Amino acid sequence: MEALKITVNGKNCELLIEPGETLSQVLRNRLKLTGTKTGCSEGSCGACTVWADGKPVLSCISPALKFAGAEITTIEGIARGPHLHLLQQKFIEKGALQCGFCTPGMVMTALAFLRENPGCSESQIREALAGNLCRCTGYKKIIEAVAETASLLKEGQAEFIQSSNSAKDVRKTNAVIGTRQPLVDANAKVTGKAEYAADIHAHDALVCKLLRSPYPHAKILDIDTTEAAALEGVRAIATGKELLEKFGVLPISRDQTAMAVDKVHYIGEIVAAVAADTQAIAERALKAIHVTYQPLKPVFGWAEALRPCDEENLIHPHSAKHQCNIHKRVDMQFGEPEAEFKAAAHVCEMEFDFPGLNHAFLEPHACLAWWDEYKGLTMITATQVPHYLHRTLSSVLGLPLSRVRVIKPALGGGFGGKSDPFSHELIVAHLARKTGKPVKLEFSREEVFLTNNGRHPTHLKMKMALDANGRLSTTDAEIVIDGGAFGSFGVVTTYYNGVLLQAPYDLKSLHFQTTRVYTNKPPSGAMRGHGAVNPRFATEVVIDELARMADEDPCELRLRNFLPENTLTLGQFRITSNGSREALRTVMKQSGWKRKFRKLPHGHGIGAGCGFYISGSALPIIWNKYPQSVVHMKLDFDGRVVIYSGASDIGQGIDTVLAMIASEVLGIDMKQTYVHAADTLFTPVDLGSYSSRVTFMAGNAAKMAAENLKMEVARAVAGHFGTEPDKLAFEHGCIKDPASGKKVDWAEAAVITTDGRGAISTSGYYISPKLGGDFKGAGAGLSPSYSFGACIAEVKVSTDTGEVSVLDVWGAHDLGKALNPLAAEGQLEGSWHMGMGQALTEAMRYYNGLLLNPNLLDYKTPTAPETPDFQTNLIESGDPEGPFGAKECGEGALHPVVPAIANAIFDAVGVRINSLPITADKILEELEKTALHQNAAL
Amino acid sequence: MAKYNLNINGKQHDVDVDPATPMLWVLRDHLDLVGTKYGCGIAQCGACTVLLGDVAVRSCSVPVSQVGEQKITTIEGLSEKGDHPLQVAWLENDVPQCGYCQAGQIMNAAALLKANPNPTDEEIEAAMNGNLCRCGTYTRIKKAIKAAAQR
Repeated sequence: MEALKITVNGKNCELLIEPGETLSQVLRNRLKLTGTKTGCSEGSCGACTVWADGKPVLSCISPALKFAGAEITTIEGIARGPHLHLLQQKFIEKGALQCGFCTPGMVMTALAFLRENPGCSESQIREALAGNLCRCTGYKKIIEAVAETASLLKEGQAEFIQSSNSAKDVRKTNAVIGTRQPLVDANAKVTGKAEYAADIHAHDALVCKLLRSPYPHAKILDIDTTEAAALEGVRAIATGKELLEKFGVLPISRDQTAMAVDKVHYIGEIVAAVAADTQAIAERALKAIHVTYQPLKPVFGWAEALRPCDEENLIHPHSAKHQCNIHKRVDMQFGEPEAEFKAAAHVCEMEFDFPGLNHAFLEPHACLAWWDEYKGLTMITATQVPHYLHRTLSSVLGLPLSRVRVIKPALGGGFGGKSDPFSHELIVAHLARKTGKPVKLEFSREEVFLTNNGRHPTHLKMKMALDANGRLSTTDAEIVIDGGAFGSFGVVTTYYNGVLLQAPYDLKSLHFQTTRVYTNKPPSGAMRGHGAVNPRFATEVVIDELARMADEDPCELRLRNFLPENTLTLGQFRITSNGSREALRTVMKQSGWKRKFRKLPHGHGIGAGCGFYISGSALPIIWNKYPQSVVHMKLDFDGRVVIYSGASDIGQGIDTVLAMIASEVLGIDMKQTYVHAADTLFTPVDLGSYSSRVTFMAGNAAKMAAENLKMEVARAVAGHFGTEPDKLAFEHGCIKDPASGKKVDWAEAAVITTDGRGAISTSGYYISPKLGGDFKGAGAGLSPSYSFGACIAEVKVSTDTGEVSVLDVWGAHDLGKALNPLAAEGQLEGSWHMGMGQALTEAMRYYNGLLLNPNLLDYKTPTAPETPDFQTNLIESGDPEGPFGAKECGEGALHPVVPAIANAIFDAVGVRINSLPITADKILEELEKTALHQNAAL
Repeated sequence: MAKYNLNINGKQHDVDVDPATPMLWVLRDHLDLVGTKYGCGIAQCGACTVLLGDVAVRSCSVPVSQVGEQKITTIEGLSEKGDHPLQVAWLENDVPQCGYCQAGQIMNAAALLKANPNPTDEEIEAAMNGNLCRCGTYTRIKKAIKAAAQR
C-alpha cells in the first residue's frame, strides 16, 4: 500500500492505496464519491471525467498516485450548496439528460471547455464533447444546454443559481400534461447524487467475479475448484450444477442455466463464479479454477446453422426435430401474394445482411444482493424488468415469490439490453445466500458485450410488388435471424420480423418466413425497435427502388399507400389513430424534399423512410389474468400523493410522466407527488420497460388510480361543503365548489379526506382489450395502439474516400399526444441517433466466435461531432385508448431513419449497400465497380 | 499518520491513521466494519467490545498503535454464517430488543466462554458486569450464555 495525499472538492484526503489503483477507483470505492461513473474502464466513453487542477482527466485510466498533491474536482464539487452551476441547470431545463449516466462526465468536460473557451461555437462544442459518449439523447439537447450556457455567461449571467427542477410553476396553468417537464430526478443526475446499482454500498460486501468460457462450443468434462477454494479470502465458489433450473424471459424458450452445466455454448458464457473479500483475490481465484473442456464442432453463421447437423453437435437438443440448429420457424401468409406478383407492374427483390448490434448503454450491468433470514433475498440491479427477474430468482433459486425482493435503482440506459433476467443476477443472489453476506458484481464493458441480447444478425430477402395503379400490393420476405447461443426474446423476434410488415402500408397480401437459428455466439435478443428494424429497412429500400422503377417520387408512393385510420390490417391489427401522412408530409415540407430529391449534385443526396411500432404488446409474456400494469396512490394527512408503480424508469422519464398524470388529474403541483417505483416488495406489478409499453400501460393505470383518488377526496370534501362530489372542481391546487364559492387547498383537503379514517390508498390498472384474429400467431405484434413515423436524411458522400456525413435528419413521429414533450423529443432524437449508428458504423464483429470489438472504441456509436442537429416533430394524432391520447415514442422512431440514410446515400452516389453498416470501404468498392462497369461499357 | 497492518477476522488490512485513533473508529470508519457499535467512547457501556487475541476489550479505548500483531475479532468475524453457539443461543432465547448493545454483549460473552467454558451464574454476572443494556435483556443474556456453554 502507498500513501496518497490529494484534495478532493476542497477536502484534504490522506489515503493508503494499492499502487495500481485508478483515480476513479479511489474516488468511488475509497471516498464513496460515486457521482463519477465508469462506463468502460478503458478511457473510451468519458463518463469518468473529473478535473485534476482544473483540467479534465479520464479518471478510469489514470493511476491515482499520479495525482499526489493535486486538487481533484468531481461532479459533487460543482454545485455550491443549493446553487447549481448554470450549466447543470441548463442540462435540467433543456432535457439534456435521460438515463443520466454520462451526465457527470459530460458536465465536467463541457464546463472545463466553457471556462477555457467562453466564445465557443456550436461546432466547437460538438468537437469538445467528442470523447464523451451518450447513448440516450442524440446529443442535440446536450449541445443546446452547453451553447445556451455559453451565451448566457457571455451576457454576464451569474454562474451559480438557485436550483430548480421546473422551469415554471405548473399551478398557474393547471395543465401539466403537454408541458415541458424536466425529469423528476434530473437534479440528482446533474449533481452526481443519483445512485446506480454500482454506486450502492453494502457494508462488508464480497466481490463477485465470473469465469467465462474460452471455447465457442465444448463439453465440460471437469471443473476443479479445490485450489481456488483454498485461497485466503475466497468465501464461496459456485458452478453450474448448483443452479440447474433452466430459465429464459419467455416461458416457451427456457433454454439457459445460470452457469454452463455440461457444456458451453459460446465464448464468454459463464462457467463458474467466485465471491471473495476483494477483487484481487476473486481474480486470483478465477485463475485457480481448472476447467477441462472437450471441444465440439461450433457453428458461427446462419447458413451453417441451417445445414444438417448430427445430434451430438447440435447447440441445443430441442433443435433435433429440425436436424439442424433451428430454434424457431414461423411461416405466415395473408391473401394470395403469388397472384399479386403476377399482376404487378413492377416487382423488386433484394437481399440484405445485417450484423448483430449491441445496445451500448453507458452503464455496465451491476448488481448487489443480500440474504436476510427475516427479509429473504434482496437484489438491487440494473434491470428494465424487475417483475420477470422476481419470478426467475424465485424459480431458479427455489425460493417462494414472497421471499424475493428486486429493486431497480437509477438505471444507466437499457434499450432492451436489460430486459432479460440474467445469469449474473441469479449467480449473485445464489452467492449471497450461500455466504450469508452481501455480494456485489460490476461488469466490465467486455462482459456487457458478451452478455449482449442485442439486435439479431439477419439475412433477409425482400420482394415487393407495385401494381399498375401505383399501389403496393404485396410483400414476400424470407428471413433468417441469428439468435446466438440462447433463446432470450427470440421467439417474439421471429414473429415481429414478419408480422410487423403489415403496416404502415395497405397491402393486399403478405407472406413471410422467418427462421431463428442458434449459433455459438453471444445471444441475441430485444433491442430498441425489436424485431422490426431490419425488415423495415429492407421494405423502405425496396420501396425506394420500386419508385425508381416506376419513375416516381418515393414519398408520393408512400403517401398513396398508407393505411387509413381506424382500420384492420391483413393480420387484424387494430389501427386506431394514424399519423403516417402528417408525419411524412411534415418532414417533406421541412426538408425541402421536392426541390432536393434527385436534384442534388453528385455526392450529395436525400432519402426517406417510414415506420410504425407497437405501444406495448396486447398479450403478456406470461399468460395470466393479472393486469399488465397496476399503480397505487396513497394520500395521508401530509397531502403528499405517493405513487407506487412497478414501472422502470430507465431514463425515458416514466417516473416523471406518472407524477404528471397524478398532478394533472388532481389539479396539484408535481411537488406534491412522489413516485416510489420498481421495488417489487412495495410496488404493484408492472411488466417492465420493454416493447414501448410503459407510458401507454402504466400511464393508463396511473390515470385510473388518480381518478379513483380524486373521487375519494371529492366525496370527503363534498361532505364537508355540504354538496355533491361531482359539483367540485380540482384546479390550481385547490378544490372548489363553484356554486357556493367554498374552497379548500390541497393540504386542507388531505386533512378532511383522512379525518376519521386515516391514509387512503387507491388503485388503477390497465389490461389491453381483447384484440386480433383466432389463427395461430394472431397474437404476435398485437398492440392496443400503434405509433407511426417518418424520417428524411440528407447526406454527403465523398466519392474519393466513401465517407458519409449525415448533414441533417428531419424526423416526425406520431406519438398520439406528447405527455411531456421535453422527454418525448429526447426519445425521438435518441432513436434517430441510434439508427444512424446502425446505418453507418455499428456492428459486432467475430472471428470464429470470438467477439473482436467488445469495447466502445471499436464498437463505434456516433459521437457528438458526427451527429447532425435533428429536426424534431411531434405528431399528435390523439389515440383513443392511450392516456390523454398518448402512445409510444421510445422505439418506433428508430425504424425510418436507418433506410432514410441508405436511400440518401443512393440518391447521392447511385449505389445501394444492402449490407449494414454502410461503411466507407463498402461504398468505395461499389463506386469502383460502377466506374469499372462504365469504363468497360465505353 | 502511521501505517498499520492489522489482522481482523482472519484478514490482513492496511490502514494509514493517527496512532492515537481508537480501534473502534478504525473498524467503523476505515474498514467499514460497522457491526461494532459506539455507545459512550469512554469504556463505560461495552457496546464496542471486540476480541484482542482471546481477550474482550473496549475498542473505543484501545488506540490502534497498541494492537500490534494481535488478532482482532469483531461480531462480523465471530462465525462465518452467524452460527456461533452464542449467536444460536441468542436467537433461541430471543435475547435482543433494540439490539444496539448486543454485538458487545456477545463478544464479551465469547471471551468469557473461551476462558471459562462452564461459568456459574455468579461468574457470568461478574464477567458481563461492564456491558450495559437499557432494554433490560440481562436475564435472557445470562440464560443464553448458559445454553451456549452447554453446547
